[in-house]
Amino acid sequence: MESETKSPKATQEKTEPKMDSKSQNYKLHAKNIDVFYDDFKAINNISLGILEKSITAFIGPSGCGKSTFLRLFNRMNDYIDGFSMNGNILLDDKNIYDPDLKVEELRKTVGMVFQKPNPFPKSIYENVAYGLRIQGIKDEDFIEERVITSLKQATLFSEIEDNLDKSALSLSGGQQQRLCIARALAVKPSVLLMDEPTSALDPISSGKIEDLVHELKKDYTIVIVTHNMQQAGRVSDNTAFLYMGSLIEYGDTQKIFTNPEKDRTQNYITGRFG
Amino acid sequence: MNSTDTSRTKDKAFRILGISTTVGCVLILAVFIGFIIYQGMERLSWEFLVSLPSRFAEQSGIYTAWIGTLWVLVLTTLISFPLGVGAGIYLEEYGKKNKLAKFLEINIANLAGVPSVIYGLLGLEAFVRIMKMGNSILAGSLTLALLILPIIIVSTREAISAVPSSIRDASNALGASKWQTIWHQILPASFGGILTGVILALSRAVGETAPLIVVGALAYVPFAPQGPMDEFTVLPIQIFNWVSRPQHEFVINAAAAIIVLLFITFLMNGIAVYLRNRWQNKMNW
Repeated sequence: MESETKSPKATQEKTEPKMDSKSQNYKLHAKNIDVFYDDFKAINNISLGILEKSITAFIGPSGCGKSTFLRLFNRMNDYIDGFSMNGNILLDDKNIYDPDLKVEELRKTVGMVFQKPNPFPKSIYENVAYGLRIQGIKDEDFIEERVITSLKQATLFSEIEDNLDKSALSLSGGQQQRLCIARALAVKPSVLLMDEPTSALDPISSGKIEDLVHELKKDYTIVIVTHNMQQAGRVSDNTAFLYMGSLIEYGDTQKIFTNPEKDRTQNYITGRFG
Repeated sequence: MNSTDTSRTKDKAFRILGISTTVGCVLILAVFIGFIIYQGMERLSWEFLVSLPSRFAEQSGIYTAWIGTLWVLVLTTLISFPLGVGAGIYLEEYGKKNKLAKFLEINIANLAGVPSVIYGLLGLEAFVRIMKMGNSILAGSLTLALLILPIIIVSTREAISAVPSSIRDASNALGASKWQTIWHQILPASFGGILTGVILALSRAVGETAPLIVVGALAYVPFAPQGPMDEFTVLPIQIFNWVSRPQHEFVINAAAAIIVLLFITFLMNGIAVYLRNRWQNKMNW
């Protein structure tokens, strides 16, 4: 209903990111990334820059490495047995794999939303407050204000206004996912990573999340992994197509979807494989 | 008779077999408990609970025994709970998943199967003799704590690994440190399971006799223990002592003491079941 009236990509004033450009100021910049799980090479020499306050989509068939690549930006792969990598990733020109960097600090700047809604088995309020509480914030007025703002930002507040003390597990799947987004926003990140955030949701809930993502672009740099080609086309400014651990093509979404340079991109987008 | 009929008959036969074995087991237990209650009930009184042991069966009570059991239970809990849960958390959350971890894991599982009298010998040598604790409650509690540590460690690990990894991911992604994730998410979510394991392990400890006899718990203690270094006896030993007497009156005493012991273990198991259900309802994701 809403996407018909929207044709946002055509009027984009942002410059297009280039796969290996050094001149642009990227919010996130991956340089020559290789990722290994034991002997298996999951990511093969990918370099890519992500512009501030833009939406970047990673697309590609299952097992192409897009989720692995996404999880590099907040170092969630660190927990996986056998994980190792080469190259580095700059966030605001600082290497996030610097041994001196505190990974907890990084994750306050780079938030994440997962494939399956994963609220904590606590109240709605406490879910959103969690990120603040673990930072040691005790000021209950401050926390309450932040919880409400975040829930409003995630367009959930009006639906649960009177039930903030109810268990988060009593919400519907779509509401839970928006709660997870609110929870991520509450710690005031500047980057939001989304790993197939709508794949477990029905079309209406998915639509709400997409609208929300569009809204959030004003304030956040968003990187979204998606299986859904139409979704990538609808929400993202730039799209990266990954295939078997390599970056095949990266650029303006409109261009990737209408006039890709590589045959393989064309074949994937038109549904000939994947 | 065609093949559907045959398999139906087999189905029916198996069901009857299943029902009869289940009923059989429960019946044996029921008859046993009924018999004990029938025998012991007449002796069970407030008098019996607060009397010291005596040469005369009618004047004899289990005061020292149940006070001893309580002491042992409390001390064993205090020792085994932090050690076992701590080890479980370490192995599940911090320990690297390498060959050493595998080796430890197998050994802990094996330890759970070591006969309890062997723990008694270990306790006798290590606590009673080398550490010079004597035949004290502390020595007995340490021995029982060792005995149930493997059970607590294994059940703690199981409870922790049952927490969905998505919860861990969510907490980590919000900038929580490892300890914060464990403290605020993993432990609350797995605490029902951990507690269940601990209580079941303790109810096993309450019924243990052999290791305590080996470390020197006495059959006849004419006073109630005042502190952890006192000599002691426990209910199972008191029961063991009474049933080995020739006089029938003492056997009745034993039956009455068994009722008390059964009551304690049933109560503990009941608490474990209650806690498990309560936590499960709270945590259904």
